[in-house]
Amino acid sequence: MSTQARSVHKNSVTSYIFAVFFLLLGWEILARILNSPALPEPLPALIQFIRIFPQGLWEHFLVSTYRVVLSLFLGIAFAVPLGLYIGREEKVDRFLAPHVYLLYPIPKIALLPVIFIIFKIGDTSKIFLITLIIFFQILVTTRDAAKKVPPASIISVLSLGASRWEIYRNVIIPACLPEIFTAVRISLGTAISVLFFAESFATIKGLGYFIFETWSRISYTEMFAGILALSLLGFFLFLLIDFLQRLLCPWLYV
Amino acid sequence: MLTLNKVSLTYKNGKNAVPALEDINLNIVKGKSYAVIGPSGCGKTSLLYLMAGLIQPTAGEIRLAGKGPGKPQQKTAIILQEYGLLPWKTVWENAALGLKFRNVVGEEAQKILYPIFEELELTECLRRYPSQLSGGQKQRVALARALALRPELLLMDEPLSALDALTRENLQELILKLWRKHQITLILVTHSIEEAVYLGQEIVILSPRPGKIRAVVTNPGMGSKGYRHNQLFHQKCSEIRSILEENGQSEHTSQVCS
Repeated sequence: MSTQARSVHKNSVTSYIFAVFFLLLGWEILARILNSPALPEPLPALIQFIRIFPQGLWEHFLVSTYRVVLSLFLGIAFAVPLGLYIGREEKVDRFLAPHVYLLYPIPKIALLPVIFIIFKIGDTSKIFLITLIIFFQILVTTRDAAKKVPPASIISVLSLGASRWEIYRNVIIPACLPEIFTAVRISLGTAISVLFFAESFATIKGLGYFIFETWSRISYTEMFAGILALSLLGFFLFLLIDFLQRLLCPWLYV
Repeated sequence: MLTLNKVSLTYKNGKNAVPALEDINLNIVKGKSYAVIGPSGCGKTSLLYLMAGLIQPTAGEIRLAGKGPGKPQQKTAIILQEYGLLPWKTVWENAALGLKFRNVVGEEAQKILYPIFEELELTECLRRYPSQLSGGQKQRVALARALALRPELLLMDEPLSALDALTRENLQELILKLWRKHQITLILVTHSIEEAVYLGQEIVILSPRPGKIRAVVTNPGMGSKGYRHNQLFHQKCSEIRSILEENGQSEHTSQVCS
């Protein structure tokens, strides 16, 4: 089994190398066709990235990582327990579902000015905005997953004398974990987009700020180094989520 | 050991009341084995859940050794249809689950489980997940989990229905062996006439929904050597079949209706 796992791993590394190659090739072709300074070719952008990352880009990278990771963590910490609970409590769900459905479609990003006024312009407002947006995505997915936990699994542990908490611990949580991970993956994409927007003003730290700042200086290769850094941030967090899923859901990988 | 006195069960389906079981009177004697058979949808599983204390009757009473089973009993173990194993737990974790809920963990749990794993030939696959097991192995894990609780009463819901013929016969032998060795009271729900006759000293025949007891047939040959190939076995099977088919309500017709 371990050889199989190793060969799967090897395959995924090879396919990543191929994917990177084809993406760079596409980028190169597009840059040549458009022939615009706004889309530099990959090589100068990569060289610029390698040059400026140690010089200070890393700081923006770290600040953005901190904001996204903390927001994801808070989003999960609030949405998952609540979603699991209302998914299993019909009465609570009947009361809360209309609230959730009314709040979910509101473009909360438009609340940014309000949030800035309430939480001031520091980290809190940015983290609050990202958390608020992904909270609903994770909540709705987790609730729906909790609703469709097979009753047979619950009867099975009930017959063994499980308490209410033991049912959550041994059945509902593990049954919902794969879908929670999917929700977190989708939320990660959302979180980075919102981060980019939230960092675009009223700050001097973060990759969003860096991209906008270099754009205003018309330094396109630097701007692309920032975009690369933002993409890498998303990629590494994606890998981290995959790793955590392997750790917490080993039964999916046998 | 278990008495069912005028037990009825009605399910509420929205505004409709659906009667599932009606006026069930049964006296389960300690150490005996019972097979419950009847057409699909006749309430066999509900009857088992009632006896396990997982649901409560709408009328009548159930007494376990004098007490009413308010909640799942310490001395009762139930093996559900489709084995009831949790896909996210290994064989070991699944088997140890009932013990864990009774705060039996660590070495104490190992002491109880290892002999059972050996008896059921599961020692090779303790780290595997249910998705990596054959149907027969899954059933043996379910048996291990039930036996770990050292039950006096073992309830089984169509335990072997999803298995191929050979595995089924092997497991029937195993169930028989365990029943003898551990001196458990066994109640097994099945839709197979042969299985009921092979494993039940008493065969309880239910009518189509709402399930009532149509007959309790004594099966004195059960457990005798080579019973499966004995003339008596086939006679008993025919007897059960004719009772099931009485009034033209065969398994087949009730399946079409339900």
